[in-house]
Amino acid sequence: MMKAKTVDKIATAVIISVAAFIVILLAGLLGYILVRGLGHVSVDFLTSPPETISEGGGIGPQLFNSLFLLFLTMIITVPLGLGAGIYMSEYAKPGRVTDFIRLLVEVLSSFPSIVVGLFGLLVLVNMFGLGFSLFAGALALTVFNLPLMVRITEQGLKSVPREQKEAGLALGLSKWKTITSIMMPIAIPVILTGTILASGRVFGEAAALLFTAGMSSPRLDFSDWNPLSPFSPLNPFRPAETLAVHIWKINSEGLAPDAAEIAAGASAVLIITVLLFNLVARWLGRLIHRKFTASK
Amino acid sequence: MQALIEIDKLNLYYGAFQALKNVSLTIPEKAITAFIGPSGCGKSTLLRTLNRMNDMIPGTRIEGSIKISGKDIYSSEVEVESLRKNVGMVFQQPNPFPKSIYDNVAYGPRLHGMTNKKKLDEIVESSLRSAALWDEVKDYLKRSALSMSGGQQQRLCIARALAVNPDVLLMDESTSALDPISTLKIEELVQELKSQYTIVMVTHNMHQAARVSNQTVFFLNGEVVESTDTETLFSNPSDRRTEDYISGRFG
Repeated sequence: MMKAKTVDKIATAVIISVAAFIVILLAGLLGYILVRGLGHVSVDFLTSPPETISEGGGIGPQLFNSLFLLFLTMIITVPLGLGAGIYMSEYAKPGRVTDFIRLLVEVLSSFPSIVVGLFGLLVLVNMFGLGFSLFAGALALTVFNLPLMVRITEQGLKSVPREQKEAGLALGLSKWKTITSIMMPIAIPVILTGTILASGRVFGEAAALLFTAGMSSPRLDFSDWNPLSPFSPLNPFRPAETLAVHIWKINSEGLAPDAAEIAAGASAVLIITVLLFNLVARWLGRLIHRKFTASK
Repeated sequence: MQALIEIDKLNLYYGAFQALKNVSLTIPEKAITAFIGPSGCGKSTLLRTLNRMNDMIPGTRIEGSIKISGKDIYSSEVEVESLRKNVGMVFQQPNPFPKSIYDNVAYGPRLHGMTNKKKLDEIVESSLRSAALWDEVKDYLKRSALSMSGGQQQRLCIARALAVNPDVLLMDESTSALDPISTLKIEELVQELKSQYTIVMVTHNMHQAARVSNQTVFFLNGEVVESTDTETLFSNPSDRRTEDYISGRFG
């Protein structure tokens, strides 16, 4: 029999090498994408519209579309997810019905995205007549983001110590006030992390958007900020190709001679945006937490 | 002494389990009543019926009545929020909110609608004074409550409960997580508070009950075995089981 110490050493070595492997893999992947793509990124690339057959096209509208779609999706997802999460954690009585709702939420989150895309095409785009539009895309993305948001909110609230909840109730606060003013501030870091994860998915999603937000953008007029006019970037009912969809499209059917460079540059921009978004959101979360809890 | 709380033929069930059996009891006003008994005897359960914290536990059923100042607290006219405002509670573990010392005390009054800064300052000061904490923290009111010691945190929780101006203060083994010196401070504090508040404390420490309380109630298996003034209960118990328990033969 091996000595416990030897076993311990072997186990530690295995765990460390697995962790190192993952870190190297991730660093390699990131490095590869950044090294290949960054050379092509310039202010012009980030702001100008794409070209179909000639060189020098940019990704300006696509970048804007991605950000705007993220915003629209979150406007729909966050309130619904918070509401449902609060219900599941604090109001739903344990039992078959609640378990069934939880099961449905789980199933919803594991739908293949292409199926959600086709569902969006049939129901949102055709049946409800939304057409290829940002709004249809945002609703399709809500289908997978909502379960994540519900679960995260539920977990966040469940992680609040019971003593804190009791302290609020014992002071004579109503259940709702206890939830909103005592439990939510404590749960915010958890919920925020979940929201970031959900947002990351919006940024990277392509399959569900092909048939909902569409694969083209109208010629946007960035001086027109009236959300109702058809060429305004803010119009939620216009078709919108996002960055991830654009990468997929130029890789598979791009006609421009510099298609490969554009795809590489766009990938690098996509990754950097997600990274930036993560960092800012985390910083914001810490700030909010500190403000709510007076902790250092 | 006048009775403030009257409990009449109270039965409490958690599902099929009966946690309290036919409990009848009066609790005097502006005095300290201690509940003692072995673990699982129902003393904490009874305490938590007095501010209806048991409502949170699914499957709880109650028969009988509890009257505070003559009003049945389980009647449908009573709002549980105003009941809990009137019957404050301090828990076993100190549970200050992760906020500043000031905000912890001001929390209750604020959420009950008080916005006047000067009034809030007054309430914070008087509550902290009542909890014998003011002199220690008056220069650090903006500091996080979590930076305080366990004993200070528990006194802060008492101040927080006092800030909403209750008549009754329930203490659920509130010194069991504290060191002896902090325990002593809280015991002294409770002695001070009884001139203004009706205090009901659950304790598993018989000596504490003997030191601090005016009336002691001994529980066993969900029943009240004996309820009388503290001196009589400890020096001359009328029930054999009480005698066995206080002399350390079980529990």
